[in-house]
Amino acid sequence: MNIHEYQAKQIFKKYGVPTPKGIMVESVKDAVTAAEQLGGPVWVVKAQIHAGGRGLGGGVKLAKSLEEVETLADEILGMTLVTHQTTAEGKLVQKLYIEDGADIKEELYLSVVLDRKLEMPLIMASTEGGMNIEDVAANTPEKIITVPVDPAIGFQSFHGRELAFGLGLTDKDEQKNIIRFASKLYKLYMENDAEMIEINPLVKTGKGEFIALDGKMGFDNSALGRHPEIAAMRDLTEEDADEVEAAKYGLSYVALDGEIGCMVNGAGLAMGTMDTINYMGGTPANFLDVGGSANAETVAKGFEIILKNPKVKAIFVNIFGGIVRCDRIANGIIEATKITDVNVPVIVRLDGTNAPEAAEILKNANIANLIVGDDLGDGAAKAVAAAKGE
Amino acid sequence: MSILVNKDTKVIVQGFTGKEGSFHAEQCIAYGTNIVGGVTPNKGGQVHLDKPVFNTVAEAIKATDATVSMIFVPPAFVGDAVMEAAEAGIELAVIITEGAPVKDMQMAKAHATKHGMKTLGPNCPGIITAEECKIGIMPGSIFKKGNVGLISKSGTLTYEGANQVCNEGFGITTAIGIGGDPIIGLSYNQILPMFEADPETEAIVMIGEIGGDLEIQAAKLIKEQITKPVVAFIAGQTAPKGKTMGHAGAIVSGSAGTAKEKMEALEAAGVKVVVSPAEIGKAIAEVLGKK
Repeated sequence: MNIHEYQAKQIFKKYGVPTPKGIMVESVKDAVTAAEQLGGPVWVVKAQIHAGGRGLGGGVKLAKSLEEVETLADEILGMTLVTHQTTAEGKLVQKLYIEDGADIKEELYLSVVLDRKLEMPLIMASTEGGMNIEDVAANTPEKIITVPVDPAIGFQSFHGRELAFGLGLTDKDEQKNIIRFASKLYKLYMENDAEMIEINPLVKTGKGEFIALDGKMGFDNSALGRHPEIAAMRDLTEEDADEVEAAKYGLSYVALDGEIGCMVNGAGLAMGTMDTINYMGGTPANFLDVGGSANAETVAKGFEIILKNPKVKAIFVNIFGGIVRCDRIANGIIEATKITDVNVPVIVRLDGTNAPEAAEILKNANIANLIVGDDLGDGAAKAVAAAKGE
Repeated sequence: MSILVNKDTKVIVQGFTGKEGSFHAEQCIAYGTNIVGGVTPNKGGQVHLDKPVFNTVAEAIKATDATVSMIFVPPAFVGDAVMEAAEAGIELAVIITEGAPVKDMQMAKAHATKHGMKTLGPNCPGIITAEECKIGIMPGSIFKKGNVGLISKSGTLTYEGANQVCNEGFGITTAIGIGGDPIIGLSYNQILPMFEADPETEAIVMIGEIGGDLEIQAAKLIKEQITKPVVAFIAGQTAPKGKTMGHAGAIVSGSAGTAKEKMEALEAAGVKVVVSPAEIGKAIAEVLGKK
């Protein structure tokens, strides 16, 4: 789960990680009031969406007067922001963060992520702040410093020294400041079950202090249960409505832009089904994992979500029943066609536990546009043909 | 022969009396797995599925000499259960539970390693040595005994692959689901050498997916150490970037962890890479010679 910059900064403040003062607003009027409260003389008006690259997209602007705050708030609020991290359609800006201007001497980069190879948190830092870190990693990898921290010992001073020297900091106060900053950041990463924290840019002020000018945080979904205050920060308007709806029914759904709807059990087989459709010359319309406890209701919901997409010309149901019994799925499909108006060909491949019984059930049901696939390859081929109107 | 588990392996179940634990333990017993007891705190002394229940793993080991634990406890307690198993002297923990916090797994795996305990999973279908021992949730009936070892991040692709291999007239030595979480226990690079050393295994099916770089590391190891033919499929060629595809670890981050780079690395290591999972069976028939 991701949160907004203003929410990340609330958490930063709680842990004593320095950030500029700011106020989140949802109207132009409140933006001006917030700016008055902050005092100025310079403010930054920032679009709050769950995507990086907001500055380049025109969603972060500097204001030097209250009038300018008003003009910019009016301009940014309600705009659809397209960045390299959003889809081509972009994201609607519904919230702004009005922030004090900062004294910027240098822009650095600092993040904490999980290193899957080392199986521990990794602190990454760079002198190349404000840039896309992937580009820095590709073009000038020597400019990225990485310091893994073993949770068994936690953040030690030597970790901080590696960062400080790696960033070329020679002033002792500056060294102390960055060590303290990183130590707090590590603490909040661990205590909140964060998946990643990224501060880009991290600003060094004229006084040699470090301030988080930006803040991006993501959390481990599996751990949200023990962090109700973070779970409450979830902004559903930032997420795909169909994905959210699907999740309520235990379905894992991701929209794609093809023509063949997919309903599969298991994430790996669901991806493999998309790949097979692609390999046979078709295009998958979605990823959909019905999970291990699929029943008539979830299957019906799956059909409903898939059919919302007007591009869908055929649906491929691909189930390898392990614990899930195929006869139950077959009954689920029949129920679903009664509840939902399924107006495209449905290709069904059921294999594994109770597959022969399932085949019998489907045959006897006599559903008009239902086609049986014998195996994965056969089912995918029939789905591709059906989508092409063959 | 087989790897890691066989008909003599003594298995306990952590989370034995819960709904999931009970259901699957019963299925495992029916398959022939030598389940010698289970652990549920405060239910020690009871009998469940005709097997003794213990309060702690240490007590269970003392009474039964179990070496493997199948873990079904709820997600928030997985870390604790794994660490308990490790300290009590279990040799292999098979963690079925889905949704364990990543931080807990970091700690638990480090602790397991310290105590010399191997782990499989979490969020995996388990391990099965065909017609001998099933520790997990896979449908046992599709795994016919044979000469192909299988290792996979995905549960249903394990079934799909094994089923195709058996339909081609071959069978399975041991099939292992390693799970698709960001942090997992035994993976390709620990298991591939076991298959290489197992005299009954003549070919290996390896199923991976987008995210992380375990498959890339495996390609390196295969090139250097594995002489048996390997057939591989990587799921997620058509997955969009930056989206988690069902498994918590299945995500292409920026340009890293794509199916394409993994397929290319494996191909360069001499692996027969198939573009669709529907081709796994045929590819095995090709490398082993038609039966």
